[in-house]
Amino acid sequence: MAVQSVQATQVEWRDGKRYLWIMGAVMPLVPFAAWGLVVATGLDLFWWFGPVFVFGIIPLVDLMTGLDRNNPPDEVIERLENDKYYRWVTYAFIPIQYLSLVWGAWMLSRGDLAVADKVGLSLGIGMVAGIAINTAHELGHKKEEHERWFARIALAQPFYGHFYIEHNRGHHVRVATPEDPASSRVGETVWGFLPRTVWGSLTSSWKLEKRRLARREQSPWTLRNDVLNAWAMSVVLWSGLMLAFGWEILPYLVIQAIVGIWLLESVNYLEHYGMLRQKVGTPGRERYERVDPSHSWNSNNIGTNVLLYHLQRHSDHHANPTRRYQALRDFKESPVLPTGYAGMIVLTWVPAIWRRVMDPRVLAHFDGDITRANLHPRKRDKIIAKYSGAIAGADAA
Amino acid sequence: MSRFICPSCDYVYDEEQGDPREGWPPGTPFDQIDPDWCCPDCGVREQQDFEPLGDDQRTS
Repeated sequence: MAVQSVQATQVEWRDGKRYLWIMGAVMPLVPFAAWGLVVATGLDLFWWFGPVFVFGIIPLVDLMTGLDRNNPPDEVIERLENDKYYRWVTYAFIPIQYLSLVWGAWMLSRGDLAVADKVGLSLGIGMVAGIAINTAHELGHKKEEHERWFARIALAQPFYGHFYIEHNRGHHVRVATPEDPASSRVGETVWGFLPRTVWGSLTSSWKLEKRRLARREQSPWTLRNDVLNAWAMSVVLWSGLMLAFGWEILPYLVIQAIVGIWLLESVNYLEHYGMLRQKVGTPGRERYERVDPSHSWNSNNIGTNVLLYHLQRHSDHHANPTRRYQALRDFKESPVLPTGYAGMIVLTWVPAIWRRVMDPRVLAHFDGDITRANLHPRKRDKIIAKYSGAIAGADAA
Repeated sequence: MSRFICPSCDYVYDEEQGDPREGWPPGTPFDQIDPDWCCPDCGVREQQDFEPLGDDQRTS
């Protein structure tokens, strides 16, 4: 009887987002859409369509379409993970990404576009680069060797191949601790966070590979170093594009890489803002508590979730990093952002607004005790003084 | 020779095979691996969290 009911569940549960996931794979077509709009309307302004799509249209779609809390039942998770359709959707992203990049490089080499148009187009290509880091993120967590290679290919465009090392072996280990460069702190603006995470992730990835190679009694100066061979892929790709279309496209390649990295690191900024794992264990043998659903910010907004392969179901991702995107679940106990990641990035641009929206949520998450949050060291005393009333209030209640 | 499993993602460390890519040559006993060496697949559990796999669970 029990077996029958399981089968019945398997038959009944349908993934409502099954075909929506294709939206993520075709997102790299956005620069083509910009060109199409320019041709259709005759307005050069549409070369700037890429950022308008990511920071205008996606947040609007999130606000209009609302939330999707649907979780796959436990009985279907294994079947869902083994359904090859879902992984092909992520693989499909990469050829479209590269088609868009090569076409974009060709457009940028043409003499008939004004510099402003080219900058706008570079921002659009950069949006694709940033979302490509998200695709690489999904693929880089998997155990299959070919998927890890696909991740590295996707990362070649924004010149961010060391992310594959640092994210999996650095960020996931130290997430929501002061030691993690990619976990942001209360009081830290995104503009202060960006240099800290970019430099900290770079040096950390180098140390991780150096340590691994030292165990093998090898120098880090080898192409076996996954940081160096990932950068070599970018050098080959960028050189190839410049050989084909001229060195003059180099400034635009740099712009799209910076934009892609900024987009990814902005997402890092909001994923763990203020979250802190407590130390457990006996004195001298302390370690951080295990990562649990309370250590990441989540969102069930369907627009951004479909475009980012459920990245916003971030708590389940950190609990089960190798789990495939289609099987990630929403946990009721996880902290929730007021809207999707795309809209939240817009809030990061003005730190005063970001803090007004987010700091009270961090405070509420820690039951009014802000000292349990990950605080910016330089502003620590000020933040505690500001919220000490909240602790007294919580005690009284 | 024993085998140890990551409780998070089912990665298995087999002492016989080691994990040469990670710098543990074949035959490296599990207790000689750094306690803070983290699982190469999921990165969320460390050597000290791994669980021994009984021989009866040996499938290959």
